[in-house]
Amino acid sequence: MSTTMLAVGTVKGLFLGTSEDGGAWRWEGPAFSMTRVAAVAFDTRHQPPRILVGGGHEHWGPVIAHSDDLGASWVEGDEAALRFPEDTGVAVERVWQLAPGPADRPGEVWAGVEPAALFRSDDEGKTFSLVTGLWDHPHRPSWQPGAGGMCLHTVLPHPDDASQVLVAISAAGVYRSQDGGQSWAPSNAGIEVTFMPEKLPEFGQCVHKVARDCADPDRLILQNHGGVFRSSDGGASWERSETGLPANFGFGLTAHPSRSGTAFLFPLIADMNRMPPDGMARVYRTDDYGATWTSASHGLPREGFYSVVLRDGLTTDGDDPLGVYFGTRSGGVFASRDEAASWEEVAAHLPEVLCVRAAVVS
Amino acid sequence: MTVTVDLPTVLAGLAGTSRLVLEVPHPASVADVLDVVGEVHPAVERRVRDETGAMRRYVNVYVDGGDVRALQGAATPVPDGAVVLVVPSIAGG
Repeated sequence: MSTTMLAVGTVKGLFLGTSEDGGAWRWEGPAFSMTRVAAVAFDTRHQPPRILVGGGHEHWGPVIAHSDDLGASWVEGDEAALRFPEDTGVAVERVWQLAPGPADRPGEVWAGVEPAALFRSDDEGKTFSLVTGLWDHPHRPSWQPGAGGMCLHTVLPHPDDASQVLVAISAAGVYRSQDGGQSWAPSNAGIEVTFMPEKLPEFGQCVHKVARDCADPDRLILQNHGGVFRSSDGGASWERSETGLPANFGFGLTAHPSRSGTAFLFPLIADMNRMPPDGMARVYRTDDYGATWTSASHGLPREGFYSVVLRDGLTTDGDDPLGVYFGTRSGGVFASRDEAASWEEVAAHLPEVLCVRAAVVS
Repeated sequence: MTVTVDLPTVLAGLAGTSRLVLEVPHPASVADVLDVVGEVHPAVERRVRDETGAMRRYVNVYVDGGDVRALQGAATPVPDGAVVLVVPSIAGG
């Protein structure tokens, strides 16, 4: 028997769904009630997988916690696991991203926060330290917040090379380190912007999400604030990746965890019209590293759908065949058990969904 | 001197009680009282103040009924026997 778990972070807490052997989903929650759960991760280096949760409560500040019993209980230290050093004079507003490292680096967990900063843990997420190389970057005073805030929302540690890390910041763009986080450089060559006079600035792009290929870590797909791009050189350069898409705005993007070249995204019309094209909920899929995209939307609403999938709202579960999932700002969760060939709605009327993660937990 | 700190339900759950009775060095400010709260219940204190020591935007603190934001903020004096009330403000939707 296999059990799949969906972790759905919303503006009012975390909901957990479980399905046994592909059966109906059973939902529990919310945990962390009234907390904006913007970051969830299944750390599959643990058995059962550890669930990492991050976010922020409007009144009580940032939250970072974990569960080793699939959400039956949660561990949150008395002392803050993640805080800025005193000499910065800055406080964490919210956790936006939690990213466990690869299997052969067992303690490594990364966190992206608002205000835009990167933290690293080497004790499985119990405590985090500010990555000062990025915090002290001379560009930082020039970074501008996106509509969601001045956040570091994407962390992609390199699976084979601990010295390489890629992050994305709204609105600063992509930055990469090749020395374990000591130094950082912008990595936005070719990513065009529509909201500044200069079309190809060194930095300042409002990158919404980046996904790394499962087998070739140098291949990346990127959803920008207007424009989908791809890279085949680890992010050193980017080119358009929009053939077949109905629009090039959007947030939700994820890569297939075991088939190289495949990724999924959820397009929206434009920054000034943030709705799905034609009122249809559509997931688009590439199987050629972003050279072309095709709709993979059978079973999704074909009319009257005006909701949005946010940057971490589209995910996969690692199963074979692959489960693909997304959650919407109108509180719906959709699931595919067959690699996006067909879809069904598995939850409705939740609070606004900020993030979704999934894993086969037993 | 002795100060009473009354906590809202969420924070009372973390402290195990809705009322803390604390021994605080005299003279004391709101910041001094919160320092003592942090010594005994750090999970409560960090929900009232951030790591810079600033009181969180949507948390209100009253000393004997006076809103400290209208007084001297964290420097507001807390007299012996005072009641410090922590209340979440109106926010959210």
